[in-house]
Amino acid sequence: MIPELGHFALALAIAFAVAQAILPLWGAHRGDVRLMQAAPALALGQLIGLTASFACLVWVSVTDDFSVQNIAENSHTLKPLLYKITGAWGSHEGSILFWCLILSICGGAVALFGGPLPASLRARVIGVLGFTALGFELFTLIESNPFTRLWPPPLDGRDMNPLLQDPGLASHPPILYLGYVGFAIPFAFAVAALLEGRIDAAWGRWVRPWTLAAWCCLTAGIALGSWWSYYVLGWGGYWFWDPVENASLLPWLTGTALLHSAIVVEKREALKTWTVLLAIGTFALSLSGTFLVRSGILNSVHSFANDPARGVFILGLLALIIGGSLLIFAIRAPTLGNSGLFSAISREGALVLNNILLCSIAAVVLTGTLYPLFADLLLDMKISVGPPFFQATVLPLAAPVFGAMAVAPMLSWKRASLGPALVRLWWVALVALAVGMFASLGMKAVPALAMGAAAWMILGALAEIVERIRLFRVPLGNSVARLFALKLSTFGTTLGHAGLGVTVAGLAGMSMTVEQVLLVRPGETVQVAGYDWHLAGMSDAKGSNYNARVATIEVSQDGVPIATLSPERRAFTTQTMTTTEAKISTNFVRDLYAVLGEERDGAAVLRLHMNPLAPWIWLGALVMALGGLCSLADRRLRVAAPKRAASAEALSRP
Amino acid sequence: MNRRLLLLAPLGVAAVGGVSFWAMLRGMKTGTFDPRGIPSQMIDKPLPDFALQGFGRADILALKRPVVLNFFASWCVPCIDEAPTLLTLNRANVPIWGIAYKDKVPATDAFLTKYGNPYRRIARDLAGQVGIEWGVTGVPETYIIDAAGIVRWRYSGPLSVQAVSVVTQLATT
Repeated sequence: MIPELGHFALALAIAFAVAQAILPLWGAHRGDVRLMQAAPALALGQLIGLTASFACLVWVSVTDDFSVQNIAENSHTLKPLLYKITGAWGSHEGSILFWCLILSICGGAVALFGGPLPASLRARVIGVLGFTALGFELFTLIESNPFTRLWPPPLDGRDMNPLLQDPGLASHPPILYLGYVGFAIPFAFAVAALLEGRIDAAWGRWVRPWTLAAWCCLTAGIALGSWWSYYVLGWGGYWFWDPVENASLLPWLTGTALLHSAIVVEKREALKTWTVLLAIGTFALSLSGTFLVRSGILNSVHSFANDPARGVFILGLLALIIGGSLLIFAIRAPTLGNSGLFSAISREGALVLNNILLCSIAAVVLTGTLYPLFADLLLDMKISVGPPFFQATVLPLAAPVFGAMAVAPMLSWKRASLGPALVRLWWVALVALAVGMFASLGMKAVPALAMGAAAWMILGALAEIVERIRLFRVPLGNSVARLFALKLSTFGTTLGHAGLGVTVAGLAGMSMTVEQVLLVRPGETVQVAGYDWHLAGMSDAKGSNYNARVATIEVSQDGVPIATLSPERRAFTTQTMTTTEAKISTNFVRDLYAVLGEERDGAAVLRLHMNPLAPWIWLGALVMALGGLCSLADRRLRVAAPKRAASAEALSRP
Repeated sequence: MNRRLLLLAPLGVAAVGGVSFWAMLRGMKTGTFDPRGIPSQMIDKPLPDFALQGFGRADILALKRPVVLNFFASWCVPCIDEAPTLLTLNRANVPIWGIAYKDKVPATDAFLTKYGNPYRRIARDLAGQVGIEWGVTGVPETYIIDAAGIVRWRYSGPLSVQAVSVVTQLATT
């Protein structure tokens, strides 16, 4: 019964989506206020339908209804409750339904918070979102229905891939999807603006918070995914330039560019055409990323059920959405009007540089990801592009980004001079140089440079605050008063930029990792990276759907105990698969990382790592996302403000 | 005019990407494009020398007509999936010869009784040695050998509907 209810709710949502895709757009075109006013209710109707549908899927999963094919293939009675819930979005079918749910949440958010928007713009944004949602909901219903029944139902399910049974991964997809799909809102705003034929500062002010929210989620989602591969896969790696990872990095790069170019639209009404293209491009990359991964075209370590037949449907959908929006762009972009002028050395100029560099990095990553496919298709060559290519091409492009990041916020709008900005950063440069020199004592050239760059970015970001509160130039109390008067968005910029610095420092530190694989007998002590690792014993443990072998390792340095690590090797009973549970002890300056391998003749294979600064990689991402939230909190106060000043508009008319 | 062209450029890039991906998806179905696979070294080469209990290279050459060679095993679940497809091909008069790969004889026989026997001849590669010579990456795997004994086509995994049409074309002409 419940699966049929979910099925029906999905169909209901599609009915709403059809109305949502047609009526508001038609109303906005004809200037029919009633049709435009219908938009929010339709978006909310669609949201309610999909929420009900997804709730049914979770219910079916929790109650172990193996007559539903999707559950039978991905669940098991013994699977812990948490993973039965998260399993709802862990399977292919469930993840697509979840994707649709988030898209409808975007529509609902615009419906609920979009009150102050001009009626025609809101109607168009909701209409475009409805059109996009319609496509993917049809795909769910026709090609990947999560409620398909199975007869006769099996006694028990096939269980989920044990690697995916992890709390980190349980929260990874929702946050990542929020990021991916969140870019649908800037996309819808861009298409709506093209249909309206106008973009102004108010548009920029509207798009920024949505972009920021999506960007925060994407940042956190990518970081979570990378952290997961660090502590679950047990290779000690955190980023593999795998197609799936690149698919999430690409919209992040263009999304970051969009975040910055939208500032220029908001403040200076320049770069309009470019910003619209970026908004379309970012969502296009999100879409292609999520869906090409599922078509099986991209060769990846991340497994998903692959089915070329589904791929064709998805490709048609992508062609319609991306092709359609780019066609509208080509036709309507000239109506957006010319932009304000600015000199090359100015805040706008710096933001343009940021855009050029970020988009170049994105282009390089895209090339590296797709080149093997195209070489295979066109030239019939089998090649693989690995980390060396990405490192060699991304680093030289990232370096100027790092360099410019500290300087750019010091420049003024329209026209600035580089000299005074650089003078204000003298102490930052000095410290960065010292850090780089110090790092070069123990590190190779590139990581040492990266450490210097990290110091430059972190302190450069702080210098912006120091400059604004005129620290040491006015009495201290005065500075503190200024500090409290600063806008939250200023802290947002600082945190965002400093966070990237922290991540870069972590990456540089990780390149110094010490790793050894050793055969150790219980009772033996080995020395790795200046620590004594004592294998105290081996034992057996039992989980709900697995049996584990646990090693107890006592780590000490110069006789002082530091940590006890108990890495596990888990044998899952239903999937006959073994996973390793790495154990990590961190003090935020270094990670001690232990993995238990096979056992031979009473001795255990242990892989022991000392990873310097490893936690900083994800800490930095967290700081970046926090910076975004800071900006967002500031913006929210003004979200009601950007009503297009009707009086000003009336005055400008002759 | 130039500005117009510039604004059309993103659409052009997207179109090229879309057409390419479409070509890839098509290729994946017919077996001509496999992003995961390593290319078979056997394509357009004469079939390797082997002699098994059942048949060998000499038997295939003596046939003087195209033949489909299918590696399978009773322990392979996708092979069960593929069984009805092969039976249909057999009924359509496509000659299919099977090699049971690393499989115990009674198990193979039970498998064929249960799911049907589409093979005109069956050879048994108990040690998996012939599989290595052919460069088999997994079962099921299907090859087409032309009348002159040259390997013309390979497909890894259970045959899809599109692959079946390729097989019918190649193996009956």
